[in-house]
Amino acid sequence: MNNTEDKELIRVENLTKIYHMGEVEVVALRGVSFKVKSGDFLAIMGPSGSGKSTLMNIIGCLDKPTSGNYMLEGTEVSKLDKRQLAYVRNKKIGFVFQMFNLLPRTTALENVELPLLYANITARNRRRLAEESLALVGLSGRETHYPSQLSGGEQQRAAIARALVNNPSMLLADEPTGNVDSQSGAEIMEIFKSLNQEKKITILIVTHDMEISRSAKRMMLFRDGEIIKEQIINN
Amino acid sequence: MSLLKTIQAALKALNKNKMRSFLTMLGIIVGVLAVVAMISIGQGAKVSVQERISQLGSNLLFVRPGSAFRRGVHGGWGSRTSLKPEDAKAIVEECPSVEMVSPEVSTRAQVVYKNKNWNPSISGTGADILAIRGWEMEAGSFFRNSDVRGAAKFCVLGKTVVENLFEGANPMGEIIRIRQIPFTVLGVLAERGQAGGWFDQDDVILVPYTTAQKRLLGIQHINNIVVSAVSAESMSSAEQEISELLRRRHNLADYDEDDFRIRNMADIQEAVAETAGTMTMLLAGIASVSLLVGGIGIMNIMLVSVTERIREIGIRMSVGARDRDILMQFLVEAVVLSLTGGLMGIITGIIGSRIISSIAGWPTVVSGASIGLAFVFSAAVGVFFGFYPARKASKLNPIDALRYE
Repeated sequence: MNNTEDKELIRVENLTKIYHMGEVEVVALRGVSFKVKSGDFLAIMGPSGSGKSTLMNIIGCLDKPTSGNYMLEGTEVSKLDKRQLAYVRNKKIGFVFQMFNLLPRTTALENVELPLLYANITARNRRRLAEESLALVGLSGRETHYPSQLSGGEQQRAAIARALVNNPSMLLADEPTGNVDSQSGAEIMEIFKSLNQEKKITILIVTHDMEISRSAKRMMLFRDGEIIKEQIINN
Repeated sequence: MSLLKTIQAALKALNKNKMRSFLTMLGIIVGVLAVVAMISIGQGAKVSVQERISQLGSNLLFVRPGSAFRRGVHGGWGSRTSLKPEDAKAIVEECPSVEMVSPEVSTRAQVVYKNKNWNPSISGTGADILAIRGWEMEAGSFFRNSDVRGAAKFCVLGKTVVENLFEGANPMGEIIRIRQIPFTVLGVLAERGQAGGWFDQDDVILVPYTTAQKRLLGIQHINNIVVSAVSAESMSSAEQEISELLRRRHNLADYDEDDFRIRNMADIQEAVAETAGTMTMLLAGIASVSLLVGGIGIMNIMLVSVTERIREIGIRMSVGARDRDILMQFLVEAVVLSLTGGLMGIITGIIGSRIISSIAGWPTVVSGASIGLAFVFSAAVGVFFGFYPARKASKLNPIDALRYE
């Protein structure tokens, strides 16, 4: 992992995304360009439908842009095939969803182990790494709990542990506090903050909550698929 | 993801839906059960038929006269009177591949002992018939060559005849009357049992063929010559030699057809075994239709399972699962289903064929090959019917799968 600050991690140039919904064309992104340096903590803000989630999915290699370039650590992602994209998702990106997206009827530990399973890591190391990751988000002792036995905040923390377990270059969070109470939301933001400050992990977070974005170093405001404002919050 | 881990994950996923997994497997279980049981019945029939025929002697040749043809009317096989005792003598003396011969004359006759009577088949034979056929005596002795030459009035009884005429009394040395002619009982043949259908091999009286010719029937010819070749391998050369010898002896011109027929036990055995084999294939074919239906059941459930777990597939893809991992996950699940079903089917199939053989009294043979076949077949069913749903799952787009409601 490369934590050297100021190293360019993401460069997005003129990114567009058009959805075809039958006859209607929906333009989700219209020519977005920006850069993210390693160690950054970027909040992407905007009203719903502004294209911020679409951008997040493209950066997370879950979706492909209609046109434009996306360089991740100097690699042109749009040129990668499905197998290589899966590798990037596995090794370089930790994704945290609004809906947690934990596997039901699967323990917290097994959920966190999931990315390691696809990275062919031995059973013993898998267990150790997953336990460490759960400890990092304050879920030690809850390893054998199923998602249904965890509160919303705990589920999201387990999801963050899963995103972190493979030691990714960056953490992408799409409305991570959108489905939890404000108390848990604050806890989750504390975790993000300490991960960024202590572990120097690059974090991109999508939110529409001004309060949440205060934790970030930098903020981008989206409207109708375009960046309308960029601002440095604290450094 | 390693195969072992994939199998573990598949077992876990199947375990979450125990009832559904079992019902899916049931199709395969029934299919494999049917295949294993049917093959075992077919094989059992084949083996028992072969055994029975080889008991009759596998190096035996039967020479019978041909069909009589007079004034446009054909008689059946054996209706000619062209075969003579001298032919039999010449065969054993002149054919190097022939070991022993026994001329045969057969008829049925009323037999009387004291106040009892019975109607067994009467078989006039040579003294070597025991050695040729591999029959054994239960008691007493058989008539000798000198008895045959002298047309002695001796007889040897089959078990059924003894039971019906003597009812527990000792038959040895007693006098019985065959067509009013007194015969002395020399011995009793060991039991040979039914030879298929209602033909009772023990319902027979053996007498010297000369006696049967002269005293019982008044004929000069014989009905049949039983020949034993020196070995099973020399059967065809023996057949050739006998054919040439008889054509010469009967003064047949080159354009004449044979006035005799030679049948060979191995041919009969082969024909019967082939028939049994065809039956086995037929039974197995019918049974494998149910296996096919079981396979369709697996495909059905796997498709449902893929649709149900689209979100799970999306989650797995978002953390780095490749197409291949997803494909393998669902394929392995299908194969685990079909193989587990297959194993259960094999076990119940073995038990089932045991039950069939004990209740219906049919012999069954569960061969390793049929078990292997059923196992491989059920695995193939899993791969074949699991592939489409698994491929469908692996082709999903990660973001579409994640958004699926």
